Amino acid sequence: MTYFEFLNEHGVTLLLGTVTTIKVLVCSMILYVIISMIFGLMRLSKNLAVQGLATVYIEFFRGTSLLVQLFWAYYVLPFFGISLEAFTAGVVALGLNFGAYGAEIVRAGILAVPKGQWEAAHALNFTPAKRIKRIIIPQIFPIILPPAANLTVELLKATALVALVTVVDLTFEAKQINSITWLSAQCFGTALLIYYIIARFALVPFLRWLEVLAARKIGKERI
Amino acid sequence: MEMGWRWDFTLEILPQMAIATLNTILAAGVGYAIALVVGLFFLLGQRTPFKIINWINREIVEFIRSTPLLIQLFFVYFVLPQFGITLSAWVCGMITIGLHFGTYLSEVYRGALEGVSKTQWEACRALNFSTVYTYRRIVLPQAFPIAIPGMGNYLVGIFKDTPLLSTIGVAELFHAATAVGGYNYRYLEPYTIVGVIFLTLSIPAAMWVRKLEKDVNKAQGKIKK
Repeated sequence: MTYFEFLNEHGVTLLLGTVTTIKVLVCSMILYVIISMIFGLMRLSKNLAVQGLATVYIEFFRGTSLLVQLFWAYYVLPFFGISLEAFTAGVVALGLNFGAYGAEIVRAGILAVPKGQWEAAHALNFTPAKRIKRIIIPQIFPIILPPAANLTVELLKATALVALVTVVDLTFEAKQINSITWLSAQCFGTALLIYYIIARFALVPFLRWLEVLAARKIGKERI
Repeated sequence: MEMGWRWDFTLEILPQMAIATLNTILAAGVGYAIALVVGLFFLLGQRTPFKIINWINREIVEFIRSTPLLIQLFFVYFVLPQFGITLSAWVCGMITIGLHFGTYLSEVYRGALEGVSKTQWEACRALNFSTVYTYRRIVLPQAFPIAIPGMGNYLVGIFKDTPLLSTIGVAELFHAATAVGGYNYRYLEPYTIVGVIFLTLSIPAAMWVRKLEKDVNKAQGKIKK
């Protein structure tokens, strides 16, 4: 069987899997960005209870393996009466895991804004909300976007793991086709190639564009 | 089926999990050792004066870094036998982890070497030191502390990725938990124990890396922050 015949027969299945992979990626991306913002801010809170809670969350999710968290969400939560659909369990586990890493990036980003900026905003009698919104946040983005971009590529790679909790994504389809046809080189090779194309020609350019946008917004023509 | 945590079941499976933990640590250690060496080769490819080798090297690194480790494992495990190379799951896993994280480590090495100021090279040239001597006595001692945190982080990273090896049948901790869980139809205790074991190993490891970073900086006469 030539590679063309293989694509002809199984290409559609793989593409359908790719669509699921992209869905998982987009959903968990939104979730992890929100979580990182919240916990990154909580980590800097002066309230010790809030700060402690954020620290425990971050250390817990960074200290255990993503696969363990994924299986825990899918196979163990039903013991406590919470049955999540595979897709939901996958997105939640990915979001919580990457949110923990993202929170540290957000925290470092906020700390990297020079203290003088806070003081100047204070001296100009900005309200705390306006200070965060107009002075601090626009300066955070150019700092946190490059590490966040790396993290997001890691997220794309990590979405492959949801196949192991029965989400029918690209990895799942590749495995399935492999077990039927035993054309391992073709199906896993194609899957690798698709992940590579998504990362290299869609995700990374999108994230670079965001970086340029954020830099331009504060008048820095970087990169 | 009984709901809630069962301590008798926990105690029953604990010895089995403890033995599997040793396998996980072994896998992480061997994988890391391979990755350290592979990283050096990728670094060499990056620094050779031949443009074409640089380019090929960069594309390979880029490809490995932007595709999932899981599928790479499947690829190595299922495809190599088609070319007549039959390796055990352990060997496949170690090779794949070594290659995957080797690309990351080569970036750590590169960053560390570039972190050494260019004037150091110029001073050595002025003093007529040989390249080998410059590397050995001037550049590497300064690059090493810069590389320590990154190298440590990837050790912890590899440790946390070892559960993936269970998908190709390497008998490590996660594999043991899945087997025990499937046999007894109880996943609560096995998977929770795996989580606890990972926490108790990786948090001290991360703390140790941070301490190492501080110690090396102090030995270098630099006090950070």
